Amino acid sequence: MRDFSYSRATSADQARQAAIQSGAMLLAGGTTLLDLAKCGVFEPEAVIDITHLPGFSDIEMDAAGARIGALAKMGEVADHPAIRANFPAVSESLLLAASAQLRNMATVGGNLLQRTRCPYFRDPATFPACNKRSPGSGCSAIGGVTRNHAVLGTSEACIASYPGDLAVALVAFDASVDLGGRTVLADEFFLTPGDRPDRDTVIEPGEMIAGIVIPASPAAKNSTYLKVRDRQSYEFAAASAAVGLELEEDGRTVRDIRVALGGVATKPWRARAVEQALVGKALDAASVEKASRLAMEGAVSHGANRYKIELAPRVVARAILQMGGLA
Amino acid sequence: MTRTVHLSLEINGKTRELDVEPRVTLLDALREHLELTGTKKGCDQGQCGACTVHVDGKRVLSCLTLAAQVEGRQIATIEGLAAENGDLHPVQAAFLEHDAFQCGYCTPGQIMSAVACIREGHAGSDEEIREYMAGNLCRCGAYNSIVAAVREAAEAA
Ligand SMILES: Cc1cc2nc3c(=O)[nH]c(=O)nc-3n(C[C@H](O)[C@H](O)[C@H](O)COP(=O)(O)OP(=O)(O)OC[C@H]3O[C@@H](n4cnc5c(N)ncnc54)[C@H](O)[C@@H]3O)c2cc1C
Ligand code: SF4
Ligand code: FES
Ligand code: FES
Repeated sequence: MRDFSYSRATSADQARQAAIQSGAMLLAGGTTLLDLAKCGVFEPEAVIDITHLPGFSDIEMDAAGARIGALAKMGEVADHPAIRANFPAVSESLLLAASAQLRNMATVGGNLLQRTRCPYFRDPATFPACNKRSPGSGCSAIGGVTRNHAVLGTSEACIASYPGDLAVALVAFDASVDLGGRTVLADEFFLTPGDRPDRDTVIEPGEMIAGIVIPASPAAKNSTYLKVRDRQSYEFAAASAAVGLELEEDGRTVRDIRVALGGVATKPWRARAVEQALVGKALDAASVEKASRLAMEGAVSHGANRYKIELAPRVVARAILQMGGLA
Repeated sequence: MTRTVHLSLEINGKTRELDVEPRVTLLDALREHLELTGTKKGCDQGQCGACTVHVDGKRVLSCLTLAAQVEGRQIATIEGLAAENGDLHPVQAAFLEHDAFQCGYCTPGQIMSAVACIREGHAGSDEEIREYMAGNLCRCGAYNSIVAAVREAAEAA
Protein backbone atom coordinates (compact mmCIF):
# COMPACT_ATOMS: atom_id res chain seq x y z
CA MET A 1 0.00 0.00 0.00
CA ARG A 2 1.39 3.38 -1.01
CA ASP A 3 1.84 5.89 1.77
CA PHE A 4 -0.66 8.71 2.11
CA SER A 5 -1.43 11.59 4.41
CA TYR A 6 -4.34 11.32 6.85
CA SER A 7 -6.55 14.15 8.02
CA ARG A 8 -9.95 14.53 9.65
CA ALA A 9 -12.49 16.68 7.85
CA THR A 10 -13.75 19.55 9.97
CA SER A 11 -16.87 20.30 7.91
CA ALA A 12 -18.68 18.84 4.91
CA ASP A 13 -17.61 21.82 2.80
CA GLN A 14 -14.00 21.38 3.78
CA ALA A 15 -14.24 17.64 2.94
CA ARG A 16 -15.67 18.42 -0.50
CA GLN A 17 -12.97 21.03 -1.16
CA ALA A 18 -10.24 18.62 -0.10
CA ALA A 19 -11.69 15.77 -2.15
CA ILE A 20 -11.49 17.77 -5.39
CA GLN A 21 -7.68 17.72 -5.21
CA SER A 22 -6.23 14.99 -7.40
CA GLY A 23 -5.05 12.00 -5.36
CA ALA A 24 -7.44 12.78 -2.51
CA MET A 25 -10.04 10.27 -1.28
CA LEU A 26 -12.72 10.42 1.37
CA LEU A 27 -12.51 7.76 4.06
CA ALA A 28 -15.67 6.48 5.75
CA GLY A 29 -15.55 2.94 7.18
CA GLY A 30 -12.48 2.21 5.07
CA THR A 31 -13.52 -1.36 4.25
CA THR A 32 -13.42 -0.74 0.50
CA LEU A 33 -10.78 1.98 0.49
CA LEU A 34 -8.13 0.13 2.51
CA ASP A 35 -8.91 -3.21 0.90
CA LEU A 36 -8.38 -1.78 -2.59
CA ALA A 37 -5.36 0.27 -1.49
CA LYS A 38 -3.77 -2.99 -0.35
CA CYS A 39 -4.60 -4.55 -3.73
CA GLY A 40 -2.89 -1.62 -5.46
CA VAL A 41 -6.16 -0.58 -7.12
CA PHE A 42 -6.50 2.68 -5.15
CA GLU A 43 -3.39 4.80 -4.72
CA PRO A 44 -4.57 7.77 -2.69
CA GLU A 45 -2.09 10.47 -1.72
CA ALA A 46 -4.38 12.11 0.80
CA VAL A 47 -7.05 10.34 2.83
CA ILE A 48 -9.71 12.54 4.41
CA ASP A 49 -11.58 10.92 7.26
CA ILE A 50 -15.20 12.11 7.20
CA THR A 51 -16.49 9.89 10.01
CA HIS A 52 -16.21 12.65 12.61
CA LEU A 53 -18.53 15.04 10.75
CA PRO A 54 -21.56 15.64 12.96
CA GLY A 55 -25.10 15.13 11.66
CA PHE A 56 -24.40 12.66 8.87
CA SER A 57 -25.24 9.46 10.73
CA ASP A 58 -28.84 10.13 11.77
CA ILE A 59 -31.69 7.82 10.81
CA GLU A 60 -35.04 9.62 10.66
CA MET A 61 -38.49 8.31 9.80
CA ASP A 62 -41.75 10.15 9.14
CA ALA A 63 -44.94 9.46 7.17
CA ALA A 64 -43.21 10.22 3.85
CA GLY A 65 -40.35 7.82 4.41
CA ALA A 66 -36.87 7.42 5.84
CA ARG A 67 -33.77 9.56 5.62
CA ILE A 68 -30.53 7.79 6.43
CA GLY A 69 -27.31 9.76 6.88
CA ALA A 70 -24.45 8.57 4.66
CA LEU A 71 -22.25 7.86 7.67
CA ALA A 72 -24.77 5.60 9.44
CA LYS A 73 -23.24 2.16 9.86
CA MET A 74 -24.66 -0.80 7.96
CA GLY A 75 -25.35 -2.63 11.24
CA GLU A 76 -27.15 0.33 12.84
CA VAL A 77 -29.41 0.79 9.84
CA ALA A 78 -30.19 -2.94 9.63
CA ASP A 79 -31.23 -3.05 13.30
CA HIS A 80 -33.12 0.25 13.37
CA PRO A 81 -36.74 -0.42 14.42
CA ALA A 82 -38.26 2.01 11.86
CA ILE A 83 -36.21 0.54 9.01
CA ARG A 84 -37.11 -3.01 10.01
CA ALA A 85 -40.81 -2.14 10.28
CA ASN A 86 -41.16 -0.07 7.11
CA PHE A 87 -38.44 -1.45 4.83
CA PRO A 88 -37.75 -5.10 5.72
CA ALA A 89 -35.92 -5.65 2.41
CA VAL A 90 -33.50 -2.82 3.24
CA SER A 91 -32.79 -4.24 6.69
CA GLU A 92 -32.38 -7.78 5.32
CA SER A 93 -30.12 -6.67 2.46
CA LEU A 94 -27.77 -5.23 5.07
CA LEU A 95 -27.97 -8.14 7.51
CA LEU A 96 -27.18 -10.60 4.73
CA ALA A 97 -24.13 -8.55 3.67
CA ALA A 98 -20.52 -9.03 4.78
CA SER A 99 -20.04 -9.92 8.48
CA ALA A 100 -20.98 -8.48 11.86
CA GLN A 101 -17.52 -6.89 12.13
CA LEU A 102 -17.71 -5.27 8.69
CA ARG A 103 -21.27 -4.04 9.34
CA ASN A 104 -20.00 -2.27 12.48
CA MET A 105 -17.40 -0.45 10.39
CA ALA A 106 -18.91 0.20 6.97
CA THR A 107 -21.21 3.14 6.27
CA VAL A 108 -24.21 3.08 3.94
CA GLY A 109 -22.71 5.88 1.81
CA GLY A 110 -19.51 3.88 1.35
CA ASN A 111 -21.57 0.77 0.72
CA LEU A 112 -23.17 2.30 -2.38
CA LEU A 113 -19.70 3.20 -3.70
CA GLN A 114 -18.06 -0.19 -3.15
CA ARG A 115 -16.32 -1.47 -6.27
CA THR A 116 -16.79 -4.66 -8.23
CA ARG A 117 -15.29 -7.89 -6.91
CA CYS A 118 -14.09 -8.81 -10.44
CA PRO A 119 -10.86 -10.69 -9.58
CA TYR A 120 -9.05 -9.13 -12.55
CA PHE A 121 -9.98 -5.63 -11.41
CA ARG A 122 -8.64 -6.44 -7.93
CA ASP A 123 -5.24 -7.70 -9.15
CA PRO A 124 -3.44 -5.03 -11.19
CA ALA A 125 -0.02 -6.64 -10.73
CA THR A 126 -1.08 -9.83 -12.54
CA PHE A 127 -3.71 -8.38 -14.90
CA PRO A 128 -2.77 -4.98 -16.29
CA ALA A 129 -5.71 -5.07 -18.71
CA CYS A 130 -8.88 -3.75 -17.08
CA ASN A 131 -10.97 -1.01 -18.66
CA LYS A 132 -12.59 -0.16 -15.35
CA ARG A 133 -9.21 0.50 -13.75
CA SER A 134 -7.31 1.83 -16.76
CA PRO A 135 -9.64 2.93 -19.56
CA GLY A 136 -8.60 1.54 -22.92
CA SER A 137 -6.39 -1.23 -21.51
CA GLY A 138 -8.80 -4.05 -22.40
CA CYS A 139 -10.77 -6.53 -20.31
CA SER A 140 -9.08 -9.57 -18.79
CA ALA A 141 -12.36 -11.16 -17.77
CA ILE A 142 -13.80 -11.65 -21.25
CA GLY A 143 -12.52 -15.06 -22.23
CA GLY A 144 -11.34 -15.67 -18.65
CA VAL A 145 -12.99 -16.99 -15.48
CA THR A 146 -16.41 -15.36 -15.34
CA ARG A 147 -18.37 -17.25 -12.69
CA ASN A 148 -19.37 -14.05 -10.87
CA HIS A 149 -19.58 -11.66 -13.79
CA ALA A 150 -22.74 -9.97 -14.95
CA VAL A 151 -25.21 -11.28 -17.51
CA LEU A 152 -27.24 -8.04 -17.70
CA GLY A 153 -26.13 -4.54 -18.64
CA THR A 154 -22.70 -5.60 -19.91
CA SER A 155 -20.74 -4.00 -22.73
CA GLU A 156 -17.80 -5.03 -24.86
CA ALA A 157 -15.63 -2.99 -22.53
CA CYS A 158 -16.64 -4.52 -19.17
CA ILE A 159 -18.78 -7.34 -17.77
CA ALA A 160 -18.16 -6.75 -14.05
CA SER A 161 -21.13 -7.22 -11.72
CA TYR A 162 -22.12 -4.68 -9.10
CA PRO A 163 -21.61 -6.58 -5.84
CA GLY A 164 -23.61 -4.60 -3.28
CA ASP A 165 -26.87 -5.67 -1.66
CA LEU A 166 -28.30 -2.47 -0.15
CA ALA A 167 -28.47 -0.67 -3.49
CA VAL A 168 -30.66 -3.45 -4.90
CA ALA A 169 -33.30 -2.82 -2.24
CA LEU A 170 -32.98 0.96 -2.74
CA VAL A 171 -33.54 0.70 -6.48
CA ALA A 172 -36.63 -1.47 -5.94
CA PHE A 173 -38.29 1.16 -3.74
CA ASP A 174 -37.42 4.31 -5.72
CA ALA A 175 -34.96 5.60 -3.14
CA SER A 176 -32.74 8.60 -3.92
CA VAL A 177 -29.18 9.50 -3.14
CA ASP A 178 -28.72 12.97 -1.61
CA LEU A 179 -25.49 14.46 -2.95
CA GLY A 180 -25.83 17.73 -1.03
CA GLY A 181 -26.41 20.00 -4.02
CA ARG A 182 -28.61 17.55 -5.94
CA THR A 183 -30.66 14.43 -5.36
CA VAL A 184 -30.55 11.54 -7.81
CA LEU A 185 -32.80 8.46 -8.03
CA ALA A 186 -30.78 5.40 -6.97
CA ASP A 187 -31.67 3.77 -10.28
CA GLU A 188 -30.05 6.70 -12.13
CA PHE A 189 -27.17 7.08 -9.67
CA PHE A 190 -25.61 3.82 -10.91
CA LEU A 191 -24.33 3.55 -14.49
CA THR A 192 -23.96 0.60 -16.83
CA PRO A 193 -20.41 0.36 -18.18
CA GLY A 194 -21.03 1.20 -21.85
CA ASP A 195 -17.76 2.60 -23.17
CA ARG A 196 -16.94 4.26 -19.81
CA PRO A 197 -16.62 1.37 -17.35
CA ASP A 198 -14.35 3.51 -15.16
CA ARG A 199 -17.49 5.39 -14.07
CA ASP A 200 -19.65 3.31 -11.70
CA THR A 201 -21.94 6.18 -10.69
CA VAL A 202 -22.83 9.77 -11.60
CA ILE A 203 -20.93 11.17 -8.60
CA GLU A 204 -18.46 13.89 -9.60
CA PRO A 205 -15.16 14.79 -7.93
CA GLY A 206 -15.88 17.04 -4.97
CA GLU A 207 -19.35 15.59 -4.45
CA MET A 208 -20.15 13.76 -1.25
CA ILE A 209 -23.07 11.49 -0.47
CA ALA A 210 -24.98 13.20 2.34
CA GLY A 211 -27.71 10.61 2.78
CA ILE A 212 -30.25 8.23 1.34
CA VAL A 213 -33.97 8.98 1.11
CA ILE A 214 -36.44 6.09 0.86
CA PRO A 215 -40.13 6.85 0.25
CA ALA A 216 -42.57 4.84 2.34
CA SER A 217 -45.02 2.59 0.48
CA PRO A 218 -47.14 -0.45 1.26
CA ALA A 219 -44.94 -2.52 -1.11
CA ALA A 220 -41.80 -1.44 0.74
CA LYS A 221 -43.43 -2.37 4.04
CA ASN A 222 -44.27 -5.86 2.75
CA SER A 223 -40.90 -6.69 1.28
CA THR A 224 -38.01 -9.10 1.45
CA TYR A 225 -34.44 -9.55 0.24
CA LEU A 226 -33.56 -13.05 -0.91
CA LYS A 227 -29.86 -13.73 -1.44
CA VAL A 228 -28.47 -16.96 -2.90
CA ARG A 229 -24.72 -17.52 -2.73
CA ASP A 230 -21.97 -20.11 -2.85
CA ARG A 231 -21.87 -20.41 0.93
CA GLN A 232 -24.49 -19.77 3.58
CA SER A 233 -23.07 -16.50 4.89
CA TYR A 234 -20.24 -13.92 4.53
CA GLU A 235 -20.40 -14.05 0.74
CA PHE A 236 -21.53 -11.89 -2.13
CA ALA A 237 -24.69 -12.81 -4.06
CA ALA A 238 -24.65 -15.31 -6.89
CA ALA A 239 -28.13 -13.92 -7.48
CA SER A 240 -30.40 -11.91 -5.22
CA ALA A 241 -33.79 -10.23 -5.39
CA ALA A 242 -35.46 -7.40 -3.51
CA VAL A 243 -39.21 -7.81 -3.80
CA GLY A 244 -42.06 -5.73 -2.41
CA LEU A 245 -45.69 -6.64 -2.85
CA GLU A 246 -49.00 -4.90 -2.21
CA LEU A 247 -52.18 -6.89 -2.83
CA GLU A 248 -55.75 -5.68 -3.37
CA GLU A 249 -58.38 -6.32 -0.67
CA ASP A 250 -59.10 -9.72 -2.24
CA GLY A 251 -55.67 -10.83 -1.03
CA ARG A 252 -54.74 -12.20 -4.48
CA THR A 253 -54.62 -9.41 -7.05
CA VAL A 254 -51.40 -7.43 -7.35
CA ARG A 255 -51.86 -3.69 -6.75
CA ASP A 256 -48.15 -2.82 -6.64
CA ILE A 257 -45.05 -4.93 -7.04
CA ARG A 258 -41.35 -4.01 -6.99
CA VAL A 259 -38.59 -6.28 -8.22
CA ALA A 260 -34.85 -5.61 -8.38
CA LEU A 261 -31.95 -8.01 -8.86
CA GLY A 262 -28.43 -8.19 -7.48
CA GLY A 263 -25.35 -10.25 -8.32
CA VAL A 264 -26.28 -10.63 -11.98
CA ALA A 265 -25.98 -7.16 -13.51
CA THR A 266 -23.46 -4.37 -13.93
CA LYS A 267 -25.62 -2.15 -11.71
CA PRO A 268 -28.45 -2.82 -9.24
CA TRP A 269 -31.09 -4.00 -11.70
CA ARG A 270 -34.75 -3.01 -11.57
CA ALA A 271 -36.86 -5.65 -13.34
CA ARG A 272 -39.78 -3.53 -14.57
CA ALA A 273 -40.89 -6.13 -17.12
CA VAL A 274 -41.59 -8.57 -14.28
CA GLU A 275 -43.53 -5.90 -12.38
CA GLN A 276 -45.61 -4.95 -15.42
CA ALA A 277 -46.46 -8.58 -16.19
CA LEU A 278 -47.90 -9.11 -12.71
CA VAL A 279 -49.58 -5.84 -11.77
CA GLY A 280 -53.37 -6.17 -11.86
CA LYS A 281 -53.15 -9.98 -12.11
CA ALA A 282 -54.05 -12.61 -9.55
CA LEU A 283 -50.93 -14.22 -8.08
CA ASP A 284 -50.39 -17.91 -8.71
CA ALA A 285 -47.24 -19.98 -8.99
CA ALA A 286 -47.42 -20.48 -12.76
CA SER A 287 -47.83 -16.80 -13.65
CA VAL A 288 -45.14 -15.76 -11.17
CA GLU A 289 -42.66 -18.23 -12.62
CA LYS A 290 -43.46 -17.12 -16.16
CA ALA A 291 -43.21 -13.41 -15.33
CA SER A 292 -39.94 -13.91 -13.43
CA ARG A 293 -38.28 -15.15 -16.59
CA LEU A 294 -38.78 -11.67 -18.07
CA ALA A 295 -36.09 -10.47 -15.64
CA MET A 296 -33.52 -12.05 -17.94
CA GLU A 297 -34.61 -10.25 -21.11
CA GLY A 298 -31.44 -9.32 -22.98
CA ALA A 299 -29.16 -11.45 -20.77
CA VAL A 300 -25.82 -12.48 -22.28
CA SER A 301 -23.55 -15.06 -20.65
CA HIS A 302 -19.77 -15.29 -20.90
CA GLY A 303 -19.19 -18.94 -20.14
CA ALA A 304 -19.11 -19.84 -16.45
CA ASN A 305 -21.72 -17.24 -15.45
CA ARG A 306 -24.37 -18.96 -17.61
CA TYR A 307 -25.97 -20.48 -14.49
CA LYS A 308 -27.13 -17.01 -13.39
CA ILE A 309 -29.61 -16.87 -16.27
CA GLU A 310 -31.35 -19.93 -14.82
CA LEU A 311 -30.81 -19.06 -11.17
CA ALA A 312 -31.92 -15.41 -11.08
CA PRO A 313 -35.53 -15.94 -12.29
CA ARG A 314 -35.95 -18.70 -9.72
CA VAL A 315 -34.72 -16.38 -6.97
CA VAL A 316 -37.16 -13.70 -8.14
CA ALA A 317 -40.05 -16.19 -8.31
CA ARG A 318 -39.35 -17.60 -4.86
CA ALA A 319 -39.19 -14.12 -3.33
CA ILE A 320 -42.49 -13.08 -4.95
CA LEU A 321 -44.22 -16.31 -3.92
CA GLN A 322 -42.95 -15.89 -0.36
CA MET A 323 -44.33 -12.36 -0.16
CA GLY A 324 -47.64 -13.52 -1.64
CA GLY A 325 -47.90 -16.31 0.95
CA LEU A 326 -47.64 -18.95 -1.79
CA ALA A 327 -44.27 -20.47 -0.82
CA MET B 1 10.20 11.35 2.50
CA THR B 2 8.44 9.33 5.15
CA ARG B 3 5.76 11.18 7.06
CA THR B 4 4.86 9.89 10.47
CA VAL B 5 2.07 10.86 12.78
CA HIS B 6 2.17 10.76 16.53
CA LEU B 7 -0.73 8.80 17.95
CA SER B 8 -1.95 8.23 21.44
CA LEU B 9 -4.17 5.13 21.59
CA GLU B 10 -6.26 3.79 24.48
CA ILE B 11 -5.64 0.04 24.43
CA ASN B 12 -6.99 -2.27 27.12
CA GLY B 13 -7.42 0.72 29.41
CA LYS B 14 -3.85 1.98 29.01
CA THR B 15 -2.60 4.91 26.97
CA ARG B 16 0.04 3.91 24.42
CA GLU B 17 2.03 6.43 22.40
CA LEU B 18 3.51 5.65 18.99
CA ASP B 19 4.84 7.27 15.82
CA VAL B 20 3.68 5.59 12.63
CA GLU B 21 3.09 6.31 8.97
CA PRO B 22 -0.53 7.32 8.39
CA ARG B 23 -1.12 4.18 6.28
CA VAL B 24 -0.37 1.83 9.20
CA THR B 25 -3.38 -0.25 10.13
CA LEU B 26 -4.48 -0.82 13.70
CA LEU B 27 -3.46 -4.47 13.22
CA ASP B 28 0.11 -3.58 12.25
CA ALA B 29 0.30 -0.95 14.99
CA LEU B 30 -0.66 -3.57 17.58
CA ARG B 31 1.61 -6.30 16.27
CA GLU B 32 4.64 -4.42 14.94
CA HIS B 33 4.78 -1.33 17.12
CA LEU B 34 3.17 -2.21 20.44
CA GLU B 35 4.19 -5.87 20.86
CA LEU B 36 0.58 -6.93 21.20
CA THR B 37 0.82 -9.97 18.94
CA GLY B 38 -2.26 -11.74 20.28
CA THR B 39 -4.30 -10.20 17.48
CA LYS B 40 -3.57 -12.28 14.37
CA LYS B 41 -3.12 -11.41 10.71
CA GLY B 42 -4.82 -13.92 8.45
CA CYS B 43 -5.84 -12.44 5.11
CA ASP B 44 -5.13 -8.73 5.84
CA GLN B 45 -8.16 -7.95 3.61
CA GLY B 46 -11.28 -8.28 5.70
CA GLN B 47 -12.03 -11.84 4.66
CA CYS B 48 -11.20 -14.00 7.71
CA GLY B 49 -11.85 -12.26 11.05
CA ALA B 50 -8.51 -13.29 12.65
CA CYS B 51 -7.74 -9.63 13.40
CA THR B 52 -11.01 -8.91 15.26
CA VAL B 53 -10.72 -6.38 18.11
CA HIS B 54 -13.24 -4.14 19.86
CA VAL B 55 -13.44 -0.38 19.27
CA ASP B 56 -15.74 1.39 21.72
CA GLY B 57 -17.14 -2.02 22.62
CA LYS B 58 -17.98 -3.06 19.06
CA ARG B 59 -16.19 -5.81 17.14
CA VAL B 60 -14.31 -4.58 14.08
CA LEU B 61 -11.51 -5.77 11.79
CA SER B 62 -8.18 -4.19 12.71
CA CYS B 63 -6.70 -4.99 9.27
CA LEU B 64 -9.13 -2.58 7.57
CA THR B 65 -8.87 0.12 10.25
CA LEU B 66 -6.15 2.77 10.23
CA ALA B 67 -4.46 3.30 13.58
CA ALA B 68 -5.01 7.03 13.03
CA GLN B 69 -8.76 6.47 12.68
CA VAL B 70 -9.16 5.13 16.23
CA GLU B 71 -7.35 7.83 18.16
CA GLY B 72 -9.68 8.82 20.96
CA ARG B 73 -11.54 5.49 20.92
CA GLN B 74 -11.38 2.65 23.44
CA ILE B 75 -9.61 -0.34 21.90
CA ALA B 76 -9.80 -3.81 23.43
CA THR B 77 -7.66 -6.75 22.32
CA ILE B 78 -7.39 -10.38 23.40
CA GLU B 79 -4.55 -9.43 25.81
CA GLY B 80 -6.97 -7.38 27.87
CA LEU B 81 -9.67 -10.01 28.22
CA ALA B 82 -8.50 -12.06 31.22
CA ALA B 83 -8.72 -10.52 34.70
CA GLU B 84 -5.66 -8.83 36.25
CA ASN B 85 -5.10 -11.91 38.45
CA GLY B 86 -5.01 -14.15 35.38
CA ASP B 87 -8.52 -15.58 35.70
CA LEU B 88 -9.77 -16.33 32.21
CA HIS B 89 -12.77 -14.56 30.71
CA PRO B 90 -15.76 -16.97 30.59
CA VAL B 91 -15.52 -17.15 26.79
CA GLN B 92 -11.83 -18.06 26.99
CA ALA B 93 -12.64 -20.73 29.59
CA ALA B 94 -15.44 -22.12 27.41
CA PHE B 95 -13.08 -22.39 24.41
CA LEU B 96 -10.64 -24.42 26.55
CA GLU B 97 -13.43 -26.57 27.98
CA HIS B 98 -14.83 -27.38 24.51
CA ASP B 99 -11.49 -27.71 22.72
CA ALA B 100 -12.72 -25.04 20.32
CA PHE B 101 -9.49 -24.86 18.29
CA GLN B 102 -6.76 -26.93 16.73
CA CYS B 103 -3.85 -24.74 15.57
CA GLY B 104 -5.23 -21.77 17.50
CA TYR B 105 -4.47 -19.16 14.88
CA CYS B 106 -8.06 -17.99 14.43
CA THR B 107 -8.79 -18.27 18.17
CA PRO B 108 -8.10 -14.73 19.43
CA GLY B 109 -10.34 -13.37 16.67
CA GLN B 110 -12.99 -16.00 17.38
CA ILE B 111 -12.97 -15.14 21.08
CA MET B 112 -13.13 -11.37 20.58
CA SER B 113 -15.95 -11.88 18.09
CA ALA B 114 -17.78 -14.27 20.45
CA VAL B 115 -17.58 -11.86 23.39
CA ALA B 116 -19.26 -9.19 21.25
CA CYS B 117 -21.72 -11.65 19.72
CA ILE B 118 -22.96 -12.63 23.19
CA ARG B 119 -23.09 -9.00 24.33
CA GLU B 120 -25.13 -8.08 21.23
CA GLY B 121 -27.66 -10.79 22.11
CA HIS B 122 -26.93 -12.78 18.95
CA ALA B 123 -26.09 -16.08 20.60
CA GLY B 124 -29.63 -17.34 21.22
CA SER B 125 -29.43 -20.54 19.17
CA ASP B 126 -26.82 -22.56 17.29
CA GLU B 127 -28.22 -21.19 14.04
CA GLU B 128 -27.94 -17.60 15.23
CA ILE B 129 -24.40 -18.20 16.54
CA ARG B 130 -23.35 -19.66 13.19
CA GLU B 131 -24.74 -16.66 11.30
CA TYR B 132 -23.33 -13.99 13.62
CA MET B 133 -19.95 -15.74 13.91
CA ALA B 134 -19.73 -16.20 10.12
CA GLY B 135 -17.15 -13.42 9.88
CA ASN B 136 -14.59 -15.63 11.62
CA LEU B 137 -13.19 -18.41 9.48
CA CYS B 138 -11.37 -21.42 10.92
CA ARG B 139 -9.11 -23.29 8.52
CA CYS B 140 -8.93 -26.19 10.99
CA GLY B 141 -12.72 -26.51 10.89
CA ALA B 142 -13.26 -26.35 14.64
CA TYR B 143 -16.69 -24.84 14.02
CA ASN B 144 -18.81 -27.34 15.95
CA SER B 145 -16.75 -26.88 19.10
CA ILE B 146 -16.69 -23.11 18.63
CA VAL B 147 -20.49 -23.02 18.45
CA ALA B 148 -20.70 -25.21 21.57
CA ALA B 149 -18.29 -22.92 23.45
CA VAL B 150 -20.15 -19.76 22.45
CA ARG B 151 -23.49 -21.30 23.39
CA GLU B 152 -22.24 -22.37 26.81
CA ALA B 153 -20.66 -18.99 27.52
CA ALA B 154 -23.88 -17.26 26.38
CA GLU B 155 -26.04 -19.44 28.62
CA ALA B 156 -23.79 -18.69 31.60
CA ALA B 157 -23.73 -14.93 30.88
C1 LIG C 1 -14.81 -9.51 3.05
C2 LIG C 1 -15.87 -8.53 2.62
C3 LIG C 1 -17.15 -9.00 2.36
C4 LIG C 1 -18.15 -8.12 1.95
N1 LIG C 1 -19.40 -8.61 1.68
C5 LIG C 1 -20.37 -7.76 1.24
C6 LIG C 1 -21.67 -8.22 0.93
O1 LIG C 1 -21.98 -9.41 1.05
N2 LIG C 1 -22.59 -7.31 0.49
C7 LIG C 1 -22.30 -5.98 0.38
O2 LIG C 1 -23.17 -5.21 0.00
N3 LIG C 1 -21.08 -5.52 0.65
C8 LIG C 1 -20.11 -6.38 1.07
N4 LIG C 1 -18.85 -5.90 1.33
C9 LIG C 1 -18.53 -4.51 0.98
C10 LIG C 1 -18.73 -3.58 2.13
O3 LIG C 1 -20.10 -3.53 2.46
C11 LIG C 1 -18.21 -2.21 1.68
O4 LIG C 1 -16.80 -2.30 1.67
C12 LIG C 1 -18.62 -1.11 2.62
O5 LIG C 1 -20.00 -0.97 2.68
C13 LIG C 1 -18.01 0.22 2.19
O6 LIG C 1 -18.34 1.20 3.12
P1 LIG C 1 -17.21 2.01 3.92
O7 LIG C 1 -17.89 2.98 4.79
O8 LIG C 1 -16.27 1.08 4.57
O9 LIG C 1 -16.53 2.74 2.68
P2 LIG C 1 -15.06 3.30 2.45
O10 LIG C 1 -14.14 2.17 2.18
O11 LIG C 1 -14.68 4.25 3.50
O12 LIG C 1 -15.33 4.11 1.11
C14 LIG C 1 -15.67 3.47 -0.09
C15 LIG C 1 -15.57 4.47 -1.24
O13 LIG C 1 -16.58 5.45 -1.14
C16 LIG C 1 -16.05 6.74 -0.95
N5 LIG C 1 -16.92 7.36 0.04
C17 LIG C 1 -17.26 6.85 1.26
N6 LIG C 1 -18.21 7.59 1.84
C18 LIG C 1 -18.51 8.59 0.96
C19 LIG C 1 -19.44 9.67 0.98
N7 LIG C 1 -20.28 9.90 2.01
N8 LIG C 1 -19.48 10.49 -0.11
C20 LIG C 1 -18.66 10.29 -1.18
N9 LIG C 1 -17.76 9.29 -1.23
C21 LIG C 1 -17.69 8.45 -0.18
C22 LIG C 1 -14.61 6.55 -0.54
O14 LIG C 1 -13.79 7.60 -0.98
C23 LIG C 1 -14.27 5.25 -1.25
O15 LIG C 1 -13.94 5.48 -2.59
C24 LIG C 1 -17.85 -6.74 1.79
C25 LIG C 1 -16.57 -6.27 2.09
C26 LIG C 1 -15.58 -7.14 2.49
C27 LIG C 1 -14.21 -6.60 2.78
S1 SF4 D 1 -14.92 -7.16 -16.33
FE1 SF4 D 1 -14.62 -4.94 -16.05
S2 SF4 D 1 -13.61 -4.84 -14.05
FE2 SF4 D 1 -13.34 -6.97 -14.77
S3 SF4 D 1 -11.41 -7.00 -15.96
FE3 SF4 D 1 -13.04 -6.58 -17.44
S4 SF4 D 1 -13.03 -4.31 -17.51
FE4 SF4 D 1 -11.96 -4.85 -15.62
S1 FES E 1 -6.70 -10.36 8.86
FE1 FES E 1 -8.34 -8.98 9.09
S2 FES E 1 -10.03 -10.09 8.33
FE2 FES E 1 -8.34 -11.43 7.86
S1 FES F 1 -8.01 -23.42 15.05
FE1 FES F 1 -6.73 -23.43 13.28
S2 FES F 1 -7.69 -21.89 12.09
FE2 FES F 1 -9.12 -22.15 13.65
